[in-house]
Amino acid sequence: MSPTFVIELYVFVLAGFVGYQVITRVPPLLHTPLMSATNAISGISLVGSLVAAGAGRGTATTILGVVAVASATINVVGGFLITDRMLRMFHRADPKAPTRPPAP
Amino acid sequence: MSEFVIQAAYLAASVLFILGLKSLTRPDTARRGMQQAAIGMLLAVIGTLLNHQIVDYKWIVVGLAVGSLLGYPLGMFVPMTAMPQRIAISHMFGALAATLVGVAEYHTESAALPTARMAALGFEVLFGSLTVTGSFMAFAKLQELMRGKPITFPGQNILNLSLFAAALGGFGYLIASPGHPAVFYGMIGVALLIGVLMVLPIGGADMPVVVSLLNSYAGLASAATGFALGNTVLIICGALDGASGFLLSILMSKAMNRSFRNVLFGAFGGDKAAAGSRTAEGLVAREISVEDAALRLAYASKVIVVPGYGMAVAQSQHQVRELAELIERRGGDVKYAIHPVAGRMPGHMNVLLAEANVPYDRLYDMEEINGQFEQADVALVIGANDVVNPAARNDPGSPIYGMPILNVDQARSVIVLKRSMNPGFAGIENELFYDERTSMLFGDAKSSLTRLVTEVKAL
Repeated sequence: MSPTFVIELYVFVLAGFVGYQVITRVPPLLHTPLMSATNAISGISLVGSLVAAGAGRGTATTILGVVAVASATINVVGGFLITDRMLRMFHRADPKAPTRPPAP
Repeated sequence: MSEFVIQAAYLAASVLFILGLKSLTRPDTARRGMQQAAIGMLLAVIGTLLNHQIVDYKWIVVGLAVGSLLGYPLGMFVPMTAMPQRIAISHMFGALAATLVGVAEYHTESAALPTARMAALGFEVLFGSLTVTGSFMAFAKLQELMRGKPITFPGQNILNLSLFAAALGGFGYLIASPGHPAVFYGMIGVALLIGVLMVLPIGGADMPVVVSLLNSYAGLASAATGFALGNTVLIICGALDGASGFLLSILMSKAMNRSFRNVLFGAFGGDKAAAGSRTAEGLVAREISVEDAALRLAYASKVIVVPGYGMAVAQSQHQVRELAELIERRGGDVKYAIHPVAGRMPGHMNVLLAEANVPYDRLYDMEEINGQFEQADVALVIGANDVVNPAARNDPGSPIYGMPILNVDQARSVIVLKRSMNPGFAGIENELFYDERTSMLFGDAKSSLTRLVTEVKAL
């Protein structure tokens, strides 16, 4: 096991732990936005796809990379937009508290 | 220098993502937090574009443009009622990206891959490809491109397990000697098949668990991509995504009092013979007229609305809100009781009611509201069945025995809006419908509610 791999394993375990702790406190009310939010964030595979698409390692790799870039971008663009659309709908009844956030 | 900028961008992105998820613990902070997370994503992408390995931007622009063109309508125009299938298909895109990157990496380096990277790549394409087909199947079932009922055949579990063993065998072989493309692509083929077979036997009401589980797999595939490419931001996001999906699937399974194994291999609800030991023979359901139901609701001081998948199917959330507002204007108090697995994905009912402009402080989780049914004058059940079936509490022979339910049967009176007397998804009779305090209002939920609104208005 290379030292880099060990560090990566630390990162993975700690990030998973942080994720678990944070997400445990997300109320069931927001479980659907949570799913679409994690979907949007998982579009980060874009950073891997971008390199595959642009590194000029031959036609096959470029094609695979471009399709991967497109798929990941769908999740990034669609995911953040739909999460925002959903969260915009949640508002309180209490008239003193701010109701709908101002339109973008 | 550029390497430093890239890493700084990744670090900032990771922090913004975690803060974004943390903002989701409160509805009033959630929106801003997720907007910041979107900025984090932008930083990560810009950072990556500085990578010196990238020599040609032409195709990158094409990919980004196509993705944005397809992603924009998927984000802006998909109706809230289609959210479960929308979420399912996005798991497919995420997993597809991870799988293709894995294939591209293998294609470039194959025989020269060191053991640890080959292991990471193997995980990546295994999880990735089974998530691709699994999510597509879930999408097809939710979109009703195919029957939502579980599809089972003899030897199904044995076939699945042997395919899984074959995939793992190929994986082990590749770690030992990576230079065998046939084994690599064969393993992907088997994993794609496993994805299909895994979702075939799963019925509509079990979808919340499966969609969450696929969310988790998509996350693990991205994390493996991170290990394969040595990219920490991918590892962090994959871990966050994986943890979130895992946690949601545990919560959903608990809300159905079933184990993962039972959901994945049980094919619950396909087997009518397994239905409850008690039947409805000799029992009579009391029907109520719209006028009487409207009277009862109009003069109730405390009403608890229990929405279920039937409300989503009839798309009647707006009529529900209208009725609730009328009752409130007459001095009644209306609350909504949301069962964790009501609908087809975690939080399904909450999103629909929020869309209909119901304030979120009126939406109560099962634990919060279960003690309040005793004081409720009317419990209004709209297209919910198994989540209000008292058999879960008092019939050990019932397949849903032990599942936590909403205590609707403790309300002073119950009005059930239902299309017909057909049993629900699990094929189990619901004795709540035959209780002497229960009245049935048959018909499509939307038209029943519209008529109730008209009647209450006229009072």
